[in-house]
Amino acid sequence: MDRLKRTTFILFLMLVASLLPLGGHASSPEVGTGNGKVRDHQGNGDTTHKANYTKKAFPVLSFDYKNVRTPFEISLWVLLASLMKLGFHLIPRVSNIVPESCLLIVVGLLIGGLIKLVGEDPPVLSSKVFFFYLLPPIILDAGYFLPMRPFTENLGTILMFAVVGTLWNAFFIGGALYGVCQLEGDYLGKVELLSCLLFGSVVSAVDPVAVLAVFEEIHINELLHILVFGESLLNDAVTVVLYHLFEEFSSVGTITVTDVFLGIVCFLVVSLGGIMVGAMYGILAAFTSRFTSHTRVIEPLFVFVYSYLAYLSAEVFHLSGIMALIACGAVMRPYVEANISHKSHTTIKYFLKMWSSVSDTLIFIFLGVSTVAGKHNWNWTFVIATVVLCLVARVLGVIGLTLVINKFRIVKLTTKDQFIIAYGGLRGAIAFSLIYLLDENHFARKDMFLTAIITVIFFTVFVQGMTIRPLVDLLAVKKKQETKRSINEEIHTQFLDHLLTGIEDICGHYGHHHWKDKLNRFNKKYVKKCLIAGERSKEPQLIAFYHKMEFKQAIELVESGGGSKLPSAMPSTVSMQNIQPKKPSQERALPQVSKAREEEIRKILRTNLQKTRLRLRSYNRHTLVADPDEDGWNEFLIKRKRMKDLEKMSHVNNYLTVPAPPPDSPTIARARLASDPQAWVIKPVTGDIPTIKVELASPQSPESVSVVDEFKKSSYEQEDEDGDGLVMKATSLVAKKDETGEDDKEPQQRLQRCLSDPGPSAEDEEDEPFLP
Amino acid sequence: MRYARPNNAEELKATIRATWALITPEQCHRLIDSMPRRIAAVIQAKGAPTKRDDFNKVQDLKDNPIRSQIVEAFFDRRNFQKDGVGSMEEIGFEEFLTVMSYFRAPALHTTEEQREEIRRAKLRFLFNMHDTDNDGTITLEEYRHVVEELLSRSGSLGKETAKGIADAAMLEVASISVGHMAPDEFYEGITFEDFLKILKELEIETRMNIRFLNMDTTVLCK
Repeated sequence: MDRLKRTTFILFLMLVASLLPLGGHASSPEVGTGNGKVRDHQGNGDTTHKANYTKKAFPVLSFDYKNVRTPFEISLWVLLASLMKLGFHLIPRVSNIVPESCLLIVVGLLIGGLIKLVGEDPPVLSSKVFFFYLLPPIILDAGYFLPMRPFTENLGTILMFAVVGTLWNAFFIGGALYGVCQLEGDYLGKVELLSCLLFGSVVSAVDPVAVLAVFEEIHINELLHILVFGESLLNDAVTVVLYHLFEEFSSVGTITVTDVFLGIVCFLVVSLGGIMVGAMYGILAAFTSRFTSHTRVIEPLFVFVYSYLAYLSAEVFHLSGIMALIACGAVMRPYVEANISHKSHTTIKYFLKMWSSVSDTLIFIFLGVSTVAGKHNWNWTFVIATVVLCLVARVLGVIGLTLVINKFRIVKLTTKDQFIIAYGGLRGAIAFSLIYLLDENHFARKDMFLTAIITVIFFTVFVQGMTIRPLVDLLAVKKKQETKRSINEEIHTQFLDHLLTGIEDICGHYGHHHWKDKLNRFNKKYVKKCLIAGERSKEPQLIAFYHKMEFKQAIELVESGGGSKLPSAMPSTVSMQNIQPKKPSQERALPQVSKAREEEIRKILRTNLQKTRLRLRSYNRHTLVADPDEDGWNEFLIKRKRMKDLEKMSHVNNYLTVPAPPPDSPTIARARLASDPQAWVIKPVTGDIPTIKVELASPQSPESVSVVDEFKKSSYEQEDEDGDGLVMKATSLVAKKDETGEDDKEPQQRLQRCLSDPGPSAEDEEDEPFLP
Repeated sequence: MRYARPNNAEELKATIRATWALITPEQCHRLIDSMPRRIAAVIQAKGAPTKRDDFNKVQDLKDNPIRSQIVEAFFDRRNFQKDGVGSMEEIGFEEFLTVMSYFRAPALHTTEEQREEIRRAKLRFLFNMHDTDNDGTITLEEYRHVVEELLSRSGSLGKETAKGIADAAMLEVASISVGHMAPDEFYEGITFEDFLKILKELEIETRMNIRFLNMDTTVLCK
């Protein structure tokens, strides 16, 4: 197995190596198009001299590389990045020791070297490409999936580190470097204070790309992760302001108090403005997604386009684009996720992950290539001083700030935490690009800065990136809990929220919880009504969580249906029956029903498994038309249901006379289902027993079901109670039957509702009563 | 408060009393202005008992879905004495403080055992809030009541969902704590040990805290 992996990797390398000359070749296209040109000329020359015109053979095959050059090269680079990523995961040993970012930089170095050997000029990471195409996907991915709860709980700490910490770093490094330059005298003496300060401000910013790349692999606990990561995101505003401030005034040479004051105002404008721009676009996106129930295909597009526009709009005004992106993603997410279909949600997730992954890889490779390509000016003093000062400043900053912060925190930051925060301050490509953007006329030492920045980046990524994992293990830092969130935890989280708010109200203390509660209530009362379509707007969080959990379990069940392994790790035989208190016999309906419910679920999923194998349809990309058969089928089911309900009133006994199959927990049932597919016979659809039809994997089914949803909804309008999401049909059944019937309908309804697009699912699918 | 570990409660009490003694008149004035009228009257009267109605007069509590349970917790004898039973009609300042002391944050340098103790105490408080009939277990009915209360302010999405959620939660607890059960066994309810187990990941000792000794600091971070 190992050998196989090794040979595969070698093959990859060879494939990549064969692509490289093409890449190098790409920069000198004359060879290819030369022939074309010559021929053209000849053709032209010939037509002008009709006398000399000789008929040439029709060119069957011609080589015209110039046309496709740019897209071809871009695709080659992306392909290279992806192949590299593939390759690294084939060698597990290396990827355990060395973080991916390091390997990618090394690959970039190699490629740069190869290109230089071929004699070409390796491409340097253009700042425009970096800031407009490579950075936004990563930031959007981070912002959209930002865990809001720990982020807002620790916002004060994060802001302290981001703003005050970065300011401290910038001035300390800048000032100290200036001092070093003056001391050194001869070569460095000409470096001005403002240039040093500019350099300091750029090099002091913790880079989100690098932090993400390294921290993702070490699985550190949530608090530390959000602290370092949040800091890296929010310090963008500070960096932008300082950068522009020093750049503007570097030509003038001096800074007055007015400028400092304006700088502070600028900082507020940049950060708050960026957030507002992002929030505005986020609300627009949420509002748009409210109306997309008929065009599900383009839902993800809205998310991406609005976010990108937010970023670009912020860049127009020199506001902080990163903060705009984060605000946009964070604001739109709860509303968009309530509105879009499950498939769109998956699409968004995967597209974001894909783009950010490719961007990430490309950035590091290009860093490596640019190192080889760029003009360098190695000055021992400057570079060493930079590296040392960066470390010292970071450590001092973190320790100092923590002393202040711990006075205000309930959960204090321990020394271990401080160490990880300090050690996790990685620099990355943003710093490089910012330096690269500098005007050479104003900054005579630009190449020296470039060299120093690259050294710092390499140092942090290689040394700190590689050693952080063993250090985390050595210091026994708490790691991320891998356990799934249970419903008990969710209930108690909500309970705690209300409890703490209540205690705060009793004390009269308008604290953290009070305001959060007020915000939630405002959100529920006004905002959700605007931005969320239909009935989902009234759904409280606990219920939404519960549905999500059930849905996930159902999906897991289906996915593992083919295999023989248990999807969940809970080997228990506890079922509903064990929990229900023993009641006198006339109420035996309850335990019976719960078994029945399990069987329903089994039946649904079994049916679905069969159906997914049978379904082979290609679908039209432009219109997902409903399956005409399904339409008719669903109508039939509706009629069935109506008749069934009338029958139910008189068929109470059905429920009580079912011979009890061995009571299983859902888990055991799953195992049995998985391992013994023939245990359950699917009853052929006859006239009197309706069956459920739940389409999961077919691409057409959501559309068709939602179309039918609309149809059924209108027909059931008069029967719905106040139109809330999960209200069962208000028929005139006896209360007990109501309960039992509703219990039956619940899982199907929920499944159906989650699988179909979330409109109010007033429709009830059939439930197959019981096994004979 | 002769609670499980006298040291802990005594320490808390002593600290609270000491800090209270340090409060200046200005702070008192501010407290009186900012707190609801009845609580202020309690401080002024220094010991006149508080009744349930007084809690109900707190305006901000009206929107809280679990208001009744919170108020009950202040009068629950189990929170004052180790084997207390039933509830009191009136409470004095000392009992009020005792309940409040459950929301104190652990200090910076606590050992693992101390943290465990604090966690147990806080979870015990929560457990007592749920276990209304004081039989030592949270039965399905009680749990359903909890979930229903939680969802009560969130519109009328049907009691069925609340029941479903409570049932699923109970199932989870049973699965985690007992594991395998024969079909005719009956899981009585969540005992305190089970409760501890299922809420272990929640890190109660860091979350169930209120900063109520620094009244005028509006802080953003916990």
